[in-house]
Amino acid sequence: MIRADLVEQMVAHARRDHPDEACGILAGPDDGSDRPQRFVPMENAERSPTFYRFDSMEQLRVYQEMDANDEVPVVVYHSHTATEPYPSRTDISLASEPFAHYVLVGTRDPEHHELRSYRIVDGEVTEEEVQVVENYMFAHTGTPDVPDKADVPDPAAP
Amino acid sequence: MSATVSIPTILRTHTGGEKQVKAEGSTLQEVITDLEANHPGIKDRLVTDGALHRFVNVYVNDEDVRFSGGLDAQVPDGGTVTILPAVAGGAR
Repeated sequence: MIRADLVEQMVAHARRDHPDEACGILAGPDDGSDRPQRFVPMENAERSPTFYRFDSMEQLRVYQEMDANDEVPVVVYHSHTATEPYPSRTDISLASEPFAHYVLVGTRDPEHHELRSYRIVDGEVTEEEVQVVENYMFAHTGTPDVPDKADVPDPAAP
Repeated sequence: MSATVSIPTILRTHTGGEKQVKAEGSTLQEVITDLEANHPGIKDRLVTDGALHRFVNVYVNDEDVRFSGGLDAQVPDGGTVTILPAVAGGAR
């Protein structure tokens, strides 16, 4: 389950860095609630369309900040800019956060992004359903994604 | 010469769930050897063929050891060693 505003921020980050891969974290409390709360975009030190790696000093700072706040990386996200948002062999072999949701944002289509989420543990990938909600407190029903701007009718249009 | 070592989630199986452990040594190499003595198996997760894994970040007193000598980096008494797996991947 993930808040719509966090999805919008991840998608905006992925669009901004396209065609390079964008990456970052959604931090949340270390209380087992599994709720991402804080958007932390990270620098892709590789600046590559096919690879990402957190900048090592930025990563240290962000992880120390999370430790100080009793937070964990609930979501680790990155974008695939030309291929399906499914974990690649590289993603699987390098996955290092067994409790995180690995969210992939696909930006190969300029009009419609794709949003998928996985667990990656010991080389094993499990896709999971995404529920996008306005907020967690009254989350009874969610949708699998947020609409792109192109999908929202412009009220000013004739 | 004792240092405090921060262990990332994925390696805590080697430390019985502990987030921080003490280790002895005046270089990173010695600290890792001492870690291995108390937490068997951890060295292989950090070092291959006498060098640090490419996708493991190690910091001594918040400095990335890639820029301060790698395994030969000096660890001052009372210093901190932080281990973080690189967060990396990509479409290819």
